[in-house]
Order: sequence, then C-alpha cells, then structure tokens
Amino acid sequence: MDQLALDVAHMFAGGLVLVSFMLLYQDRMSGIVNIFALHALVVSLSVAWQAYIQLAPHLYITATIALVVKAIVIPVALHRIIVRLGIHRTIEPVVGVGLTMLAGIGLVALSIMVMLPITAEAGTLAREDLAFALSVILLGLLMMISRRNAVSQVIGFMSIENGLILAATGAKGMPLVVEISVAFSILIALIVIGIFLFRIRERFDSVDIHLLHEHRGEQP
Amino acid sequence: MAVALDAVVQLGQLLLVLALAPLLTGYVRRVKARLLRRQGPPLIQPYRDLYRLLRKEVVLAHTASWVFRVAPYLIFATTWVAAALVPTFASGLVFSYAADMIAIVALLGSARFMLALAALDVGTSFGGIGSSREMMIASLAEPAMLMVVFTLSLLAGSTQLSSIAAFMQGPGIGLRVSLALALVGLIMVAIAENARIPVDNPTTHLELTMVHEAMILEYSGRHLALIEAASHLKLLLYLSVVACVFVPLGIAASGQGPTAYLAALAVYVAKLAAGGFLLAVFETAIAKMRVFRVSDFLGAALMLGFLATLLLFVSRVA
Repeated sequence: MDQLALDVAHMFAGGLVLVSFMLLYQDRMSGIVNIFALHALVVSLSVAWQAYIQLAPHLYITATIALVVKAIVIPVALHRIIVRLGIHRTIEPVVGVGLTMLAGIGLVALSIMVMLPITAEAGTLAREDLAFALSVILLGLLMMISRRNAVSQVIGFMSIENGLILAATGAKGMPLVVEISVAFSILIALIVIGIFLFRIRERFDSVDIHLLHEHRGEQP
Repeated sequence: MAVALDAVVQLGQLLLVLALAPLLTGYVRRVKARLLRRQGPPLIQPYRDLYRLLRKEVVLAHTASWVFRVAPYLIFATTWVAAALVPTFASGLVFSYAADMIAIVALLGSARFMLALAALDVGTSFGGIGSSREMMIASLAEPAMLMVVFTLSLLAGSTQLSSIAAFMQGPGIGLRVSLALALVGLIMVAIAENARIPVDNPTTHLELTMVHEAMILEYSGRHLALIEAASHLKLLLYLSVVACVFVPLGIAASGQGPTAYLAALAVYVAKLAAGGFLLAVFETAIAKMRVFRVSDFLGAALMLGFLATLLLFVSRVA
C-alpha cells in the first residue's frame, strides 16, 4: 500500500513535468491554453492524492481551488482574451523547439541533481516532490524567456505557480490561508495582465513583446 | 531433451516470424481499407506479391555495382535475425543470450546503412533524396531508441529481452511514470522506423514526400521481394518488442510443455492482431506531416526517452 501510494504520487508529479514539456512543445494559442488547463488538472489531482495519503483534509480545499480557479476559470478567461485579441488561430513562431527541449532536459537534470543531495534528511515523498517542483518552476521560467507572445508568457508564469503548489504540498503543513491568498493573487494577476494585454495591443497592434524592446530603444 | 525442445522452438520462432510478417502487413492494409469503407485487398495479398516478384527477372541499371546486388540479401538477413531474436511467444530459448536490445538496434542500424548505400549506388536523384532523408530520421530515431533501451535495462538490470520480459511479469514493477514515457517514445520510434503515416506514407509514390519508397525505386524482381519481406519483418519486430516488453502476459518460459507453447502462440497472435488494429486506426486518424517536421516529432521521442531515464533516477532513490 505504502509503495503504491508513493508510486501514484510519483506518477502525478512526473506527469506534471511531462505536461510542462508539452507546454514548451505546443505552438498554437488555443492549444497552449488547453494544455495549461491539463497542467492545473494534474496539479489538483496530485494535491488531492497528497491529501489522501497525508490524511490532511485541508489539502482537499487546495485541490478544489486549483481545479476550479486554474483548470476552469483561468483557461476560459484566457480563451476569451485570445479570441478577442483575434490570435486564437495563430501559430506562434517558436524558434528552435528542439533546442528549447534540450535546455528543458538540462534544467530537469539540474534540479534533480541539486535537490536530491540537499534534501537528504527529508522523507522520500518530499524529496521527489521538491525535485519535480523545481523542474516545473524552471520549465515555466524557460517558457517565459523563450516565447515572444505575451499570452504564452502569462501561461508560463501561471505554470510556475503550479510548481510552487506542488512543492508546498509535498512538504507537510502549509497553512490554508496562504494557499487561498496565493490563489486570489493569481486571479488578480490574471485580471491585471489581461488589462495590460489589451493596452499593449492598442498601443502596438500586436502582443509580440519584442516591439516593447524597440520602444524602449533596445536592439532586439 | 529440454535443450532439444528449446532448439526446436527457437527454429519454429525463426520460421514463424518469416511466415507471419506478410500476413501482419496484409492485415494492417485490410483494416485501413475497411476503415476508409473500401473493400481492401485479401489478407494473403502480400504473399502473392512476394511470390510474383520472386519469379520475375531482375532488371539492373547499367551503373549498378556489386553493392546494389548484395545489399538486398544482407538487409533481409540482418532484419530476419533481429526479428527472430525477439521473444515472440517463448522466452529463454537457445539464442536468448544473443537477444540483446542493443544488438537488435545494431542489426537494424546496419540494415539501414546498407539500404542507404544501395540507394546511393545507382546514382539517381531519388535514391539520393531517400537516403539523405532516411539518415536524418535515423540520426534522431536511434538515440531515442537507445534511451528507451537504457530506461528498460536500468529498471530490469539487464539488456536481454528475455530478462526484461521476466522482470515486467514479476511483482517488483509497480506503477512507474518512466515506463509510460518509454512506451510512448518506443511507439514514436517504431512509427518512424517503419515509415508509417505521420512520418512517411508506405503506399505513396509521390516524389516529394517519399522516403523509404524513394530508396528502393531502382529495385526489381527478387531483390525487391527481399527488401519488401525485410520491411514486413521490421514491422513485426517492432510490434513484437512492444508486446514482449510492455504486455508480457502469456509468454511461455523455457521448459514448459508443448501445450504452454501452443497457448502462448495463440496469445501472441492475438497481441499482434490488437497491435495491428491500433496501428491502422492511428494511421487513418492522423495526417502525414511535412518532412521537416519529422525532426520535431522524433525530437519529442528523444526527449521522452531522456525524461524517462532522468525520472528513473529520482525513483531509484526511493
């Protein structure tokens, strides 16, 4: 039973890393939003499983918040935003999917090599979760720096938050109030970012953030 | 006595893969035709094609050297040996010490090398296009295949297919995300290696898209028959590897009686039928991708293999 519980937790966490790679690979706008919904779904499943094996009922609330807010509300809102921006059918010019993937593999290897030695005293479950969570966070950062479209950068940002939740639930005893406030701050961030997207588009007729660099006088 | 029975079964396996391979290809073609609401050729059509080709005379180009004439025999021989080494319905046979996954990858790699060489030999432009594309695919598919092999052998502690199959049947497996990644990676490699639809179309003769067909364009007669038989064998081989490693149910171990072997044979044929059906459904549902997208597709397979190995190290600590 114990081994099986560990295996299932491992499978969800590994699945989250895999979905992060799918986010990096995807180049269609609506595809990215759908995969982000899958990302949040895997996080909420993982958190619910942690609640079950740690006998911590308040984590079920965390899982529900993740499911409702990040797997349903935010993807629906993002779908509306990209439809209103008129970019829901565009294919984003991603430079070097292969190179990005290789960099991602390197980041996963790095986070495993960093996390496993320094958490030698922690339980196996926490160690695995921390290693995977660090990979998800680094992959989200990689997504933010490798994309030019503002919407995919927003999604990279939100996938970082999913990685943080994975790390926080692996370590026992995160207060519920922290999780609720994080969830609301993410929602508010979405609203602010949404407003900014429309402002950027009004100003430049595009959401390609390289135009911002030119506006600042930098050479892209 | 036991050794003699093992030898007989090994010989039977050698002949079985040769006899079943065209049937599998015919079955996949038939299912695909039925999914498109066509009647489809009869199941034994590949046998008829091979028989007809064997009786036809060989037409050789003036520029063809001995490489062109020798290559089909070598390709057929290496592919046949590789296919016969995979434990199909019985494991732990006489040659199972040689049924090493890395050896099988190497055998297939040499067959591919000879095919590319023969395609370049005549000096037509199609042969050149075909070999260059085949090498592009191979340079990504082989590392991906090797990463999958490494994942499996790190788990099972052996590169021998018999031991891997025995380990997968045992209780120490559990639920592992690495295995799922390795399975998906292996299937993607198998699709690319067998020139199936998202990568190459096995039925096309359109110049701009073909890869495998472009290389064998100059072949005729018994040479063509051997190459066709080798490609049938390769499809059977990959399906058998997937079945043996990931669905190892019902493989008879060495020393069980003839009845166990017969039951295992029936299970094996059922597994092949299921695998061929899934392949046909997948091929019907998906569109062929551009040649230059293939590197992304296989890069994803390579990435899955890497990830499977990496995740294995995390769970090893557990």
